[in-house]
Amino acid sequence: MKITGEVTRSVIEDFLYREAFLLDQWNLDEWLKLLTDDCTYHIPSNDAPKSESSKALFLIADDYRRISERVNRLKDKNAHSEFPHSRTRRVIGNVQFYEPTDSVNSLLKSFIVDANFVIYRHRREGDIRTYVGRYEHEVRLIDSQLYLSKRKVLLDAYELGSMGLVSFIL
Amino acid sequence: MSFNRYVRNDPSNQDFQVNRRALVEDEVLNDEFKHIFDKCWIYAGHESEIKNKGDFKTRSVCGRPIILCRDANEKIRVYLNVCRHRAAVVCRESEGNSKGFFCFYHGWSYNINGELDGVPGKASYPPSFDQSKLGLAQPAQVDNYKGFIFISFNPDVEPLPDYLAGAKEYIDLIVDQSPDGKMEVLEGTQEYDIKANWKLLVENSFDDYHLITTHSTWLNYMKRSGVEIKKPEKGHLMPSHGIGKALGNGHAVIDNVNFRGRPVAKWIPLYGEAAKPVIEKIRKELVNRLGEVRATRVADTNRNLVVFPNLVLNDGSAVTIRTFFPIAPDRMQVTAWALGPVNESVEARAVRLDSFLTFYGPGGFATPDDVEALESVQKGMATFKEVEWSIMSRGMAKEGEQLNTDELHLRAFWLRWSELMSEKNKLETT
Repeated sequence: MKITGEVTRSVIEDFLYREAFLLDQWNLDEWLKLLTDDCTYHIPSNDAPKSESSKALFLIADDYRRISERVNRLKDKNAHSEFPHSRTRRVIGNVQFYEPTDSVNSLLKSFIVDANFVIYRHRREGDIRTYVGRYEHEVRLIDSQLYLSKRKVLLDAYELGSMGLVSFIL
Repeated sequence: MSFNRYVRNDPSNQDFQVNRRALVEDEVLNDEFKHIFDKCWIYAGHESEIKNKGDFKTRSVCGRPIILCRDANEKIRVYLNVCRHRAAVVCRESEGNSKGFFCFYHGWSYNINGELDGVPGKASYPPSFDQSKLGLAQPAQVDNYKGFIFISFNPDVEPLPDYLAGAKEYIDLIVDQSPDGKMEVLEGTQEYDIKANWKLLVENSFDDYHLITTHSTWLNYMKRSGVEIKKPEKGHLMPSHGIGKALGNGHAVIDNVNFRGRPVAKWIPLYGEAAKPVIEKIRKELVNRLGEVRATRVADTNRNLVVFPNLVLNDGSAVTIRTFFPIAPDRMQVTAWALGPVNESVEARAVRLDSFLTFYGPGGFATPDDVEALESVQKGMATFKEVEWSIMSRGMAKEGEQLNTDELHLRAFWLRWSELMSEKNKLETT
C-alpha cells in the first residue's frame, strides 16, 4: 500500500486492518513483510505493563530474529498448541496516533500508534477465549510505505488466567 | 506389591500404573485438599518479594487469601487475609508498603505486626471481648529455607528442613549461583490457567520422555540458533546424559548435563556475542568462589525439581519458580516467576530474562505445547471408565541409575501421594 498523500488516521487504520487481516488468515509470511528488520514484539506480564523486558519477566519479548523463528514455529505442525490453528478474529478501534518530535525533525518518519483491540480465539471443542487490550505500536514510513517497527500488546486483565496462552500472534 | 484404588505398584512384576480416576473425580480433589494441601508444607513466596519493613504481597495459597509481609521488626510474617470480625478481606491490593491493614467494612484495623489496633465503637462490646486475642490469624506453621517461604496449615507437620529432605541439596545448587548467597524474584508474574488436573503438571515438569516429540519446534529453534544438539547415545533419547532421582517425601528431580545454555554460566550463540564476556565473568566468579568442581556442578547441569506437592523449581534456560493449585479436577491456576541472583549485572539480567522466554511461559517456544499436551490428556481422561490405567513403569527393570526419560521420579511423587491419601483411608476404616 503506497502512501501518496499525508499520513492520516484512516491511513494508519487501513494499515492496522491489513495487519489484523493477515494474522486472522494465518498468512504469516505476508504479515512478516509488514515488519521492519529491527522490529520488536512485546507482551509484558499482566502485572508489569509499564516495565522493560530487560528488567522484568514478560510473556513475549521477541526481537526480529525471534519473531521470524516464531513464524517458523507456528507454520510447523509440531507447534501443538496452535495445531490445528486457532481461529482468531480481531476487532481494532479507538485508534490514536501522533508523530513524535524526533520524527518531525528527521528524514525517517515514524508514528506512535495506540489502538484498542478485542481478539476472539476459538479452538475445537473449547470455549471462546477473549483477549482485550491495547496496542502500543511504532509505525515507520519507508519509501511511501508503512511498516511496524515496534509491536507492543498490553492486556487489560490482571492475570492471563482463563486466556491460558499467548501461543498465536496477538 | 502395594495396591490401592488409585496406584498399583508391583515391583516384582515391574509394573506401575495410576488409575485415571485420580485425575478426574471430585472426591479425589476434596481428599487432596484435606490430606495433602492442608497437611504438607506449601510454598507461599520468596523473602525478596518483601524486602523492606512494611512491604506486603497478597495472594491465594491453598485457596486461602494470605498476606505475606515484613513486620515492624523486619521479620517475615504470613497472615490470613481476613478480618476477625466478619471475614472480609483486610488487604485488597496485590502489593505495597503499609503500616497496617484496614478492613473497610466496619473499620477494624490491624498494624503490620498483625495486632488489632482499632475497633470503632469498642465500648459496645461486652467485657469478654478481648482485643489482644483478635490479631490477624496465621497459618499453623511458617518457615523459610534459604529465602523460600513455606507455610503449613498442619500444626503437627515435621520441621521444614526435615520435610524438604533431599530437595535441599537442589535448592542449594540454585542459591549457590548468587555471589551474595541470595536470590531474588524478578518483577513480572506469569499467571495462567490450564484445563487439566494439577498432578499432570507435576509429571510434565520433570518428564524428559516427552521432550523430543512435544518440543521439536523448540529443539529446531535451538539448532538454528547454533546450539549443538547431539545425537543421543545408543539406547538414549536425549542429546545429553541425565538422570531421574527420588529425594524423599515425594520430592524428586531430573538432573541433566546442560546442552541448552545457562545464564549461570554457559554461553550459547543465542545469547549473542556481546553476552559472551558477561557469561565468562560470571563463570570466573563462580569458580573463584566455589572451586572448579562445585562451579561445574552448578553451571553445567540443568535440574527440574519438584518439591511435593506443587512447587517446581526449574533451573534450566533460566530459573523459574512455578506453583499451582487445583480449582477443579480438570483445572488449575499456575503462577510462575523468574528468579535471579541479587545484584546481577544489567547485562546478565537481560540475558536471563531473554533466555527464560526461549522455552518457558505462555508465550515461550515450549510451555504452550506442554499445556496443549496436558489439556489433551485431560480430554482423553473422559474415557476413564473404559481405559482405566495410565502406565508409568519406565526404568523399572533397571538396577541402579535411572534416566531422566525413565519414570522413577514420577513414581516417587505418586507413591507419596498415594501414601498420604491412603492414611486417610486407614483412618476412615478404623
